Amino acid sequence: MKNMRFLLVGVGGQGTILASNVLAELGISLGYDVKKAEVHGMSQRGGSVVSHVSWGEKVYSPVIPDGEADILIAFEKLEAIRFVGGVREKGMVLVNDYEITPLSVSSGMDVYPANEKIKASFKLVTDKVYWVRGVEIAKELGNIKAANVVLLGALSKILEMESDPWLKVIEARVPPKFVELNREAFQAGRQAVK
Amino acid sequence: MTEELVKRLLSGNEALARGAWEAGVEVASGYPGTPSTEILEFFASMPNVYAEWAPNEKVALDVAVGAAYAGKRALATMKHVGVNVAADSFFYAAMTGMEAGLVIVSADDPSMHSSQNEQDNRNYAKFARIPCLDPADSQEARDMMVRAFEISEEFDTPVLIRPTTRICHTSSLVATGPDRYQTPPPGKYPRNPAKYVMIPANARKRHPLVEERLQKLADFAETSDLNRAEMRSFELGVITSGIAYQYARDVFPDASILKLGMSFPLPQNMIRDFAAKVDKVIVLEELDPFIEEQVLMMGIKLYKPDGWVGGKYPHFKSIFPHNGELNSGIVRSHAIRIGLLPDEPKTQPEVESAPAARVEFPVLLVEELPRRPPALCPGCPHRSTFYILNKLKRPVNGDIGCYTLGVVPPLSAMDTCGCMGASIGVAHGGMMAGDRERHFSVIGDSTFFHTGVQALMNVAYNQSNVITIIMDNRITSMTGQQENPGSGLTLQGKPTNEVDIEALVRSIGIKTVRRVDAYDVDAIESTLREWLKIDEPAVLITDHACALVPDERKKYLPLDIVEEDCNGCTLCFRIGCPAIIRSEKLDEKTRRPLAEINPILCTGCEICSQVCPRDAILFREQVLARQVD
Repeated sequence: MKNMRFLLVGVGGQGTILASNVLAELGISLGYDVKKAEVHGMSQRGGSVVSHVSWGEKVYSPVIPDGEADILIAFEKLEAIRFVGGVREKGMVLVNDYEITPLSVSSGMDVYPANEKIKASFKLVTDKVYWVRGVEIAKELGNIKAANVVLLGALSKILEMESDPWLKVIEARVPPKFVELNREAFQAGRQAVK
Repeated sequence: MTEELVKRLLSGNEALARGAWEAGVEVASGYPGTPSTEILEFFASMPNVYAEWAPNEKVALDVAVGAAYAGKRALATMKHVGVNVAADSFFYAAMTGMEAGLVIVSADDPSMHSSQNEQDNRNYAKFARIPCLDPADSQEARDMMVRAFEISEEFDTPVLIRPTTRICHTSSLVATGPDRYQTPPPGKYPRNPAKYVMIPANARKRHPLVEERLQKLADFAETSDLNRAEMRSFELGVITSGIAYQYARDVFPDASILKLGMSFPLPQNMIRDFAAKVDKVIVLEELDPFIEEQVLMMGIKLYKPDGWVGGKYPHFKSIFPHNGELNSGIVRSHAIRIGLLPDEPKTQPEVESAPAARVEFPVLLVEELPRRPPALCPGCPHRSTFYILNKLKRPVNGDIGCYTLGVVPPLSAMDTCGCMGASIGVAHGGMMAGDRERHFSVIGDSTFFHTGVQALMNVAYNQSNVITIIMDNRITSMTGQQENPGSGLTLQGKPTNEVDIEALVRSIGIKTVRRVDAYDVDAIESTLREWLKIDEPAVLITDHACALVPDERKKYLPLDIVEEDCNGCTLCFRIGCPAIIRSEKLDEKTRRPLAEINPILCTGCEICSQVCPRDAILFREQVLARQVD
């Protein structure tokens, strides 16, 4: 059994917590010991949010030290670059090609980094970077909120895993009327990664 | 299920609640505070329990004490700084003991993810001379809660359980028991003044009993399986507790570990035996040198390399940092520094220092990235008040809640904020010190009920001219919208009384009181400007429900900007709303960026519409009229 450590980052309200719940449940269904750590409170008011999910035979520390995550799943580009130092050498980065303008940028104090700079920074850590237009894909499917499930679909493909165990966990977590949408979003995410 | 216990993924907070339910807790009271809040919420959702939000932690603890006096197992939950508020009760409960078990959960917040300090509340257990349990994961959180009640009743003492953020908000697998302990039906309410009335004569007799109890607890600690020695290699021994145990296992997989589930009182003999068996012994704990100091006082020599200057005992830890959370990376790097682990070359390239790539692109430095601090939400009813306070340029004494974010630019309208309820007293002190500027104090409804009302009473009693703004959004919002005495709903969502803040404020002697809609920018501004001219205390209640509550969400209506009317004056950027963004288009004359509204974020609160001097931002009615066209 291979240990896996996932670092999920985004902006408060983007559904990172649902995604980390899915990863934690999936780990359990695959027979791993699992720990999932997140921080609540003030950071949820539109600030950066981070959660750590670890699968292993026995997981001790719930927090992944810098430079030891196997994969960074970033729901927003700026957060991706903020936390890319969390990924181990030759680890992977899955990034939602989506920008949420922080207040410091909209009020003119800071400038949002250009895509080339973001890409160049990723390169310093790893070549295995996957870009997915999660929000655009979800919008096409009719519900922007499904962007997190698009990302999970992409993640399942990157990890070379079958869809079924993922869908089982996701479907148990969403209301029945959204099952079909989430199924589509998941498959669209898989197709978005080559 | 067969013989196997049900295993489920539970957060530390869920596990604590589950443990309390299994332990037969019937009464629980608390005040919301990160990272403790969910304990009471989960507990309240379980069958056959009574749970309530109290106005503050002291009331919560008194309620739990009262239930335990009445013979029912009881629980009080709070964050670490809440224990400061409840401390008076904490200490008398330690003196009296109870008729049934009493457990206090103090959820500590190392690294201050959502707090004003990172005090280490194990000190409170030592201070009041009661036991402290320190869970290391969710399973222990559940198990220790059950054990805490047994200890509480066996030794007639309150028990402190002190999880930290990483315990509270980490989920791991927990085996839960199927059964619930049944408290024996309580007898008659105790008529035992010698035990329960702490007049000096009685208290003097109780104190020796507290000391005796502590000795018995220390003896218990020697044999209890809450503490265990895990013997592996004899080269290194690590004494640890709580979350630090997990880091010890990651970083020193071969070391022997003395895992202290009970961090006060300590098992001295166990510690001595352990230290004698290993070549080197260290203490690994988060925050204060709480165990380390006690171990050193026992005369045990802790490992330090020759010539090591770090850690000037008695004030600091000898090896690991005193500040902030630990993690395996921090523990490892300190272990390498003092020669406990071999120095391995760091394989991870630094994002900041990779010269090869820098030639091609100036690569981003993490420190230079635009920060993304938390901000008032789009549609937040506090925004308008801070916009006006920023314009008025007077000192603002602030308080604890979402609205503390009024300090963040561009609103930048808060000068002090220390703890719950401090705003009004600090403003009053400033006025009484003869400060030449008129002070505003700003406090939320829940914080006002918590400890603000007494300070306002002082303003009215001693007559300073502080202008207090009570930002009444009818909910305790920062911690995730918990009900409070002004919400008209209980923790269970049952309709109940609502505090009439206006009547309350008048009744304590404030004569100038006004209530305005928090979205009404002009009303707030004209009221405050009017009051700056009169020399008496005044209270403005800005009234609007939190934009995150379901009824408000139903009213969301994204606004729109008439592009031709916007000239890029940037006034709307100054309200600090995440829904207003700089357009890439520039005004032809001024060459300044036009404003744009993000329809996903905008709630339609109309604060920006009111602030816009050119009427370029449409009001809700205009937006609706357009939709009809």
